[in-house]
Amino acid sequence: MSIIARTARWACAACVGLAMASGAWAQAGQPPIRIGSTLALTGPLAATSLVHKVVGEIYVEQLNKRGGLLGRPVEWIVKDDQSKPDLARTLYEQLITADKVDLLMGPYATGAILSAMGVAQRYHKVLIHHTFGIPSMAKYDMQFPAWSLGPDPGTTVPTTVLKALAASPKPPKTIAIVTSKFPSVHFMSLGAREVAKKMGLKEVLFLEWDFGNLDYGPIAARIKDANPDFLWVGAIGLEGNQLLEAMHKIDYTPHEHFYLYPAPGPMSKSPLANDAMSVTLFEEHPPFTNAPGAAEFIKLYHERAAKAGIPDPTVEVQAAASYTAWQILEAGVRGAGSLDDKAIAAWIKTHRVQTITGNLRFDGPNNYGDDLMKVKQVQNGHWVTVYPKEFAAPGATLQVQ
Amino acid sequence: MTFPSGTLLAQSALSGVFIGSLYGLLGLGVGLAWGLLHVINLAHFAFAFLAAYLCYQLASVGGMDPLLTLALIVPLFAALGAALQWVLERFDVSPLNSLLATFGIAAIIEAGIQWEWTADFRKLESVYAGRTFKVGVLFVPLPELLTLLLSLILAFGIWAAMRYTNLGRALRALAEDAPIAAAFGINRRAHALVLAGVCGALAGIAGVCLALTYTLTPSQIYAWVGVVFAAVMLGGLGSALGPLTGGIVIGVSEAVTMAFVSPSWAPIVSFSLLIGLLLLKPERS
Repeated sequence: MSIIARTARWACAACVGLAMASGAWAQAGQPPIRIGSTLALTGPLAATSLVHKVVGEIYVEQLNKRGGLLGRPVEWIVKDDQSKPDLARTLYEQLITADKVDLLMGPYATGAILSAMGVAQRYHKVLIHHTFGIPSMAKYDMQFPAWSLGPDPGTTVPTTVLKALAASPKPPKTIAIVTSKFPSVHFMSLGAREVAKKMGLKEVLFLEWDFGNLDYGPIAARIKDANPDFLWVGAIGLEGNQLLEAMHKIDYTPHEHFYLYPAPGPMSKSPLANDAMSVTLFEEHPPFTNAPGAAEFIKLYHERAAKAGIPDPTVEVQAAASYTAWQILEAGVRGAGSLDDKAIAAWIKTHRVQTITGNLRFDGPNNYGDDLMKVKQVQNGHWVTVYPKEFAAPGATLQVQ
Repeated sequence: MTFPSGTLLAQSALSGVFIGSLYGLLGLGVGLAWGLLHVINLAHFAFAFLAAYLCYQLASVGGMDPLLTLALIVPLFAALGAALQWVLERFDVSPLNSLLATFGIAAIIEAGIQWEWTADFRKLESVYAGRTFKVGVLFVPLPELLTLLLSLILAFGIWAAMRYTNLGRALRALAEDAPIAAAFGINRRAHALVLAGVCGALAGIAGVCLALTYTLTPSQIYAWVGVVFAAVMLGGLGSALGPLTGGIVIGVSEAVTMAFVSPSWAPIVSFSLLIGLLLLKPERS
């Protein structure tokens, strides 16, 4: 045998050996599936983003305990977008091109999601997001929402709220609509005007303020002057509390009052917020807690949220929507049986996904399914769902003055 | 547009006076530093919020009366203000660069607040919080009234000090022409440190007022910058009474706009006032 032939044989044997060895290594410790996202870990949205961070960590931990995805462990790479949508755009580019993540998870909140959606569209990646508030702007066909508002929340959400009040012992006859001009809130309040008109309520006041307003005294004075049966407050974050405090200072208590997206902890803990209403997808009581996995998630979330310094470690809409987003992603990958974004998107679009916030579908306009929003109310310092009846906390009904 | 009732208008105007006094209190330190030290101090807002969080901590956790926390907060923030001035002097920072440098310091303080207290909302529940009393048909909340009284006392106190004391005269002389003032034996550096300390103390007092009235979150630091700068510009740089007057003019004009038209028009009216004034009296810029 010539030297060349012997060398070739040795080389072949070495290659086969190496290939076998690498195969065995791959089976023993497969490279992880990397999921990339950003969250507003600093900046004005950091308080709520922390909820999404804790939920994501819990979910990935649970997922890995169940054996990961497609037989591979899952790794979550989360970057800080500093509450800046423009930075979120850059970071999603980075996640796809430099970090080469396999899958994406959406950021928090609407502005950053819109940025991430543009990047996902450019690279044909699936984007599941938890808190997008303007469905009409979600044009990308491989984005999927966990915030189940339905395709036309400007009509459906106010309808649910006003139907709840209409079913109460003392339905309102007059309405005041006061609203922040924050984008995901403003269009809902404008929708509430139309719905109220159709339902025969007399509008006695309509006011708008710019997001970041510092003085709620004059707004409170005008509400007191109008004295409506029902006050719709298109508020986001602390605005609701600030308005409640301003009304209290001039000795006014609204009759029935609703806050669109309040800071959940501060509002339920405020002594002024008794009977305040809002919308919800999930609260910590049956029937929500009967959903598969909900009880374990709640237990883990209480522990981790307390450890992370979140003042109110209750699972409510934000945490539940976040968990739902991860459930959708997991279902999509398992259903498609691959990491191919197109296959995942095709599967999600044609299947229902069972989540802790409900049985979701994504075959409507802009991949939105049903509006699953329910009405909740602060009762004895806690949020409880009061409408519709089948989702109400045991024994809870809408309290009216 | 419907004409509001007299009570609504008066209650709104009162609300404007109260918030205007807080603009003025925050603006007092900013205006003095800008006009007399030529330092555009954005860190002043961060100092105020740091003081607010300290007040929250001392009152909520330590059980102190929020007003008593001033005994700790005022000297502490006076020292901080003087230390910042020393650093700016040490590196010979120009007025424009002071804006950038103090913005950086504000960002660092914001991060520090977030690290210690998280980005979540903090509300100081004090004995003063829920107290409101009635004067005729008007409701007067105690925390806001305290802010107004403190603003008036401080603004008039500083005005008197600037006018009638040697220290005040020296500071005004330094602002007018530092080399000539130095030729008359005025120690510029020492006087600047004293004034910066006073501005720091004012930030501390404004912080306590913020904690008494508002729910705190670190990012709120920047929400006050625009309107307080407007109050300072309206009132005049280096003036003791100007920021309070400017603040109240802005607060009342915003509140009355909210009562007459719509809250979303309020910033347009107040900033139109500022632009109008700067066009008519450009020397204020």
